[in-house]
Amino acid sequence: MNQKRLELIKSRLTDFEIEFSDINGTPAIITNPENIIIICSILKSEPDISFEMLLDVMGVDNFKKENRFEVVCSLYSLEFRDRIFIKISLDTKNPEMPSLTAIWKGANWFERETYDMLGIKFKGHPDLRRIYMPEEYEHYPLRKDFPLLGIPESLQLPKK
Amino acid sequence: MHNTVFEKLQNDDPEIRKTKILEALESEDLSVSFDDALENEMVLNMGPQHPATHGVLRLLVSLDGETIRKVVPDLGYLHRGYEKLAEATSFHEFIPHTDRLDYLQPIANNVAYTIAVEKLIHLEVPERGKYIRTICSELGRIQSHLIAYGTMVMDIGALTPFLWAMREREKILDIYDILTGVRFTTSYTRIGGVAQDITDEAIAGIKKFIDEFPKYLKEMRDIIERNKIFIVRTEGIGYISKEDLIDYGITGPILRAGGVNRDLRKDDPYLVYDKLDFDVPVYNDSDCLARYYVRIEEMIQSIRILHQCLEKMPSGAYNANNPKKVLPKKERVYTKMEELIQDFMIINFGVNPPVGESYSAVESSKGELGFYIKSDGKGNPFRLKIHSPSFCNLQILPLLMKNCMISDVVVIIGSVDPVMGEADK
Repeated sequence: MNQKRLELIKSRLTDFEIEFSDINGTPAIITNPENIIIICSILKSEPDISFEMLLDVMGVDNFKKENRFEVVCSLYSLEFRDRIFIKISLDTKNPEMPSLTAIWKGANWFERETYDMLGIKFKGHPDLRRIYMPEEYEHYPLRKDFPLLGIPESLQLPKK
Repeated sequence: MHNTVFEKLQNDDPEIRKTKILEALESEDLSVSFDDALENEMVLNMGPQHPATHGVLRLLVSLDGETIRKVVPDLGYLHRGYEKLAEATSFHEFIPHTDRLDYLQPIANNVAYTIAVEKLIHLEVPERGKYIRTICSELGRIQSHLIAYGTMVMDIGALTPFLWAMREREKILDIYDILTGVRFTTSYTRIGGVAQDITDEAIAGIKKFIDEFPKYLKEMRDIIERNKIFIVRTEGIGYISKEDLIDYGITGPILRAGGVNRDLRKDDPYLVYDKLDFDVPVYNDSDCLARYYVRIEEMIQSIRILHQCLEKMPSGAYNANNPKKVLPKKERVYTKMEELIQDFMIINFGVNPPVGESYSAVESSKGELGFYIKSDGKGNPFRLKIHSPSFCNLQILPLLMKNCMISDVVVIIGSVDPVMGEADK
């Protein structure tokens, strides 16, 4: 992404409490969950920014006391052929953020996967079910406190 | 309604009236009529062990007669927790696991993963290594598209082209045997290069393959593309609008069949794709037939790329010269002290990238295959997220199948070409 375009994006988002950083050369917006819906709709719908595609919603467990969880959204602009990331840090005890399904329909499964693996809840998601693990499973496997070998008897097996 | 047909038949040809089947139909014993069956909605469970669902994809299909009202895909039957495993393995140790992601093109996954790690540790691969990797990616693309072609037409009912496709794929596996030492789960790449140099024998094998393949591909196309059954069963089936494709974040041949020209090889060139001359096939129909054509044309372009790669490939080093990150050659490990220490350090403590994160994506045969890696400076990734194209592409199945017939389900799955190893991770 060239500097001019980055400046344009920065100028459109001056109203919000955000920081700019980068992920190995690709710009990233660091923000909190409150304004995420407005920021995303600006990024998507403004014709000279136009990030039409949401490619992925990735959850990260940073395993620290405050703001333990982080969600990284990967956006792509078909018109300008570049990417931007949005990093949202979430609360430790109750990781929750608004769902992006209202803006990109594709967020549906990505958020379900993040919920399944890390237990991050998405408010306003139409169908927040587990996607890989069984629905009655109680743990979130990708959290750092989940042991690599799994928890014995956490999955109900058929009786002999 | 039935009566009128039978009456007509009876009037037209008195011989038919005498046949047994018509007698059976006329008898009063058959109490179920078509009209009753249509009134009830039926829920059909397809999979996970259905042969036409390409692995362990399970679909819950709600039917109204033969028309599909709603589809709910159910994933997770092949979930092995690779993202969790990655956190406990070193960067090198994870390479064999990438073989098992998209198991139709293991070698292309090896390339994608090592590119991502190299981006994180800022390592540049020599030109020859890049050419070898490009050859691997394109062979993988042909390998994967051949399966996509073969299974799609087999699901429609044409068994012969499937066998032909498998025969051609077998030749690619033979090339892997010479190139990597393994036929299937190759694990060929290493951080900073590849496991071993490409030999003259492998080059000769690739040359032979790319000289012969267009002829066989033409045979495969001839038997299918003017076949009325194939056209009728794919044309206009599984339509999705361009806006929906973009909104759902779909990538790869499905997106290009919907009129969007997006190919990371052109938009964000990695390896040596910026030095090669090839086209990106784009179709506008956005149905199963268009997706079929995109894949076929991509195979032709891959052949073009392979020709250029073999022509332009320079000689010289194929591995980066960075002893702290790149594994030394095995024969030197056994004879030299320095190399033995390097090998020991890399195997035991890993490549230790700087603290930070990185995202790198390549255009795999299914779409954008990306790896997001977060590092805390240790030898194993702190978090590795696999952005798998099959997972994203499966999300539009309910849209594609809505208001189609039950027999179209297998065709649509074949045209989406999911690989459950990748979708379930």
